[in-house]
Amino acid sequence: MPLDDGSLLEVKDLSVSFDGFQVINDLSFNVGKEEIRVIIGPNGAGKTTVLDLICGRTKATGGSIRFAGKELTRLKEYDIVRAGVGRKFQTPSVYEDLNVFENLEISYPHGRSVFESLLFRRSAAVIERIHEVAEMIFLQDQLDRKASELSHGQKQWLEIGMLLIQDPALLMLDEPVAGMTVSERRRTADLLQSITKSRSVLVIEHDMGFVEQIAHKVTVLHRGQILSEGSMESVKNDPKVVEVYLGH
Amino acid sequence: MSLSIQKRKDIIFFSILACFLLVVLPGGLEPFRLNLVGKYLTYAFVTIGLVVCWGDAGILSLGQGIFFGLGGYCMAMFLKLQASTVEATKNQSTPGIPDFMDWNQITALPWFWKPFHSLPFSLIAVMAVPAALAALIGFAMFRRQVGGTYFAIITQAIASVLTILIIGQQGYTGGVNGITDLRTLDGWDIRTDHAKLVLYYIGVVLLLACMLFVWFVRSSKLGRILHAMRDQENRVRFSGYNVVNFKIFAFTLSAAMAGIGGALFTLEVGFMSPTFVGIVPSIDMVIYCAVGGRNSLLGAVYGTLLVNWARTSFSESMPEIWTFAMGALFIGVVLFLPGGLSSLYQNYLDRYMTRLVAALTARFKPARV
Repeated sequence: MPLDDGSLLEVKDLSVSFDGFQVINDLSFNVGKEEIRVIIGPNGAGKTTVLDLICGRTKATGGSIRFAGKELTRLKEYDIVRAGVGRKFQTPSVYEDLNVFENLEISYPHGRSVFESLLFRRSAAVIERIHEVAEMIFLQDQLDRKASELSHGQKQWLEIGMLLIQDPALLMLDEPVAGMTVSERRRTADLLQSITKSRSVLVIEHDMGFVEQIAHKVTVLHRGQILSEGSMESVKNDPKVVEVYLGH
Repeated sequence: MSLSIQKRKDIIFFSILACFLLVVLPGGLEPFRLNLVGKYLTYAFVTIGLVVCWGDAGILSLGQGIFFGLGGYCMAMFLKLQASTVEATKNQSTPGIPDFMDWNQITALPWFWKPFHSLPFSLIAVMAVPAALAALIGFAMFRRQVGGTYFAIITQAIASVLTILIIGQQGYTGGVNGITDLRTLDGWDIRTDHAKLVLYYIGVVLLLACMLFVWFVRSSKLGRILHAMRDQENRVRFSGYNVVNFKIFAFTLSAAMAGIGGALFTLEVGFMSPTFVGIVPSIDMVIYCAVGGRNSLLGAVYGTLLVNWARTSFSESMPEIWTFAMGALFIGVVLFLPGGLSSLYQNYLDRYMTRLVAALTARFKPARV
C-alpha cells in the first residue's frame, strides 16, 4: 500500500509471540516524515520489542512493517539499516576499545563489505563528516579519546552520533536519556530537535519531562496493544493511561 | 607525510624480529637446533592467524590443527607423488603409486590424488583447501549465530573427526603413520643440511610476509570492525554490516595461514601424520598464542618460539613432567596474564619505548610540524 498520508513508517496488524505468549498483538501505527514520536508504557508493554521488530532483530509472526515503500519484515538486519533505519540500544553500545573517531568511522556508511572495508581509506570527505557529526553530539574535542573513557552521557551521545553519520530516514532511540544528568538531558533534547529537520525519530522513554520536551505525538503501549495515541496533552488526560501508567 | 609513533615502533620491532630470525639464530645455532626453530616457526603461521581470528574477531577455534594438517597433507601428497616414480617403486605390485597404497591393495591412484602431480596446483591447494573448508564451516556456523564455546567445541569435534577419517582411510591417506619418506621438491633433495637451511630461510621470509599481510589487514578499517564486532556484535550488525561475512573472513584467513604453516612443516620435517591434525596440537597452538598474547602479532610469534623451546628443553631433561608444566603455564597465563607476555610489554615498557622513539624522531627530523 502506498504511503499517501505522508507516513514514512507504517506498522500494520503486527504480532509476535514468544513461546505462545503474545507480546505484540495486532499493533498498527504510522510515523510521519520529520515526526518525533515517543512510545511510552509500563514495563513489559512491548516497547523494546516494537523496535526489535522494526530493525529485524526479532521476526514478526504476523503483520507488516512498511518503510518508504519497502517491506521490512522480509529484509535482513543489515539491509534494513541500509534502507535507512538506525537504531540505538538501551544500554550505550559503543566500541569501548576504539576511540571516538574510529567509532564514528565504523558507522560511516561506506566500505561495508569485507573487501571494501579492507581497502577503505580515510578521505577528506570522511574526516570532514566525522568532525561535523562530532560537533553535533558535543564530542568535537574528544575524538582521540577511547570510548571507554567517556562518561555515560557522552557514550549515549556517541551512539546517537554513530547513527546520525549514517543519515537514516528513521532514527529509533531506546531510552536515550536514561542515566543522564539534567543538563545532559536538556542538550539531548536540543540535539533531537535539531536532527529531526530531515528525518523521523521514534523514541522509547520513561522520563515524562523529557517526553513533553520532544514529542510531537505519543503512543501509549500496554500489553502489546495501543492504549492511547495523540498529543502529550490528550494522552496525559486519558483516564485509561492514568490508570495503567501515569497514575503510579 | 610523517609516520605516527605507533608505526615507527611497529617497524622497529618488526625489524628486530626479522634480524633475530634471519641473522642471529642462523649465526648462533647449530644446524640441528636451527631446523628445530624452523619447525617451531611453522606453528607461528597458525598463531598469527589466531591473532586475527581469536584476538581480533573473538572467535576461539580449537581446531586450527585441521587447517595446519590439511596444508601439510597437500604438500605431502605432492612430495609423495614425486618420490613414487615408476622407477623408484618398481618392486611394488602396482608401480608408480605411493607405497602405502600398494600395501593396502590399492591398484590405481585415487582421483583426488591426481592433481597433486602439479606443483602449482599443490601450492595453491596448501592455502585453498584449508580456506575452503574454513569458509564452509564458518558459513554453516556463523549464519546460525553459533559462537563462543559452542563454536570452539564444534571445531574441536571436526579436528577429531578428521583425525579418525585420516587414520581410518589408510589406503588413501597413509593412516596413522601419515605420509612418510618424502624426498624431493621438483627434483631438489629436501633432506640435505643445505636444503634444510634454505627451507629455514624460506619459512622465515614467508612468515614475515604473512605478518606484513596480517598487519595490513589489522590496520585497515576491517581490523577495527573485527574489534568492534568482538565487543558489540549487535551494534555492528545494526550499523549495516553483514557480520557473518566478516567472521567467515577472519576464520578463513586464519585457516589459510595455518595451511601455509602446515606445508612448511611437511617440508622441514619430511613427513606429515594425523598427530598434527587432532585436538591436542590444536589446543597447543591456542596455548602458544595465549602465552605470547593474542592481541599482538609479534607476541604470538615469540610465544610460539618460547613455549616450543621450553617444550624441547623440558622434554629432553624430564619428559614426564612436560605436560604438567605446559598445563601449569597455560593456567598461569590465563589467571595472571590474560593478555599474554605482550601485555607485560604494553603495561611496563611501552611508555619508555614511545618516549625513546619520540625523542629519536625529534632529534633526526627537527622542527617538523
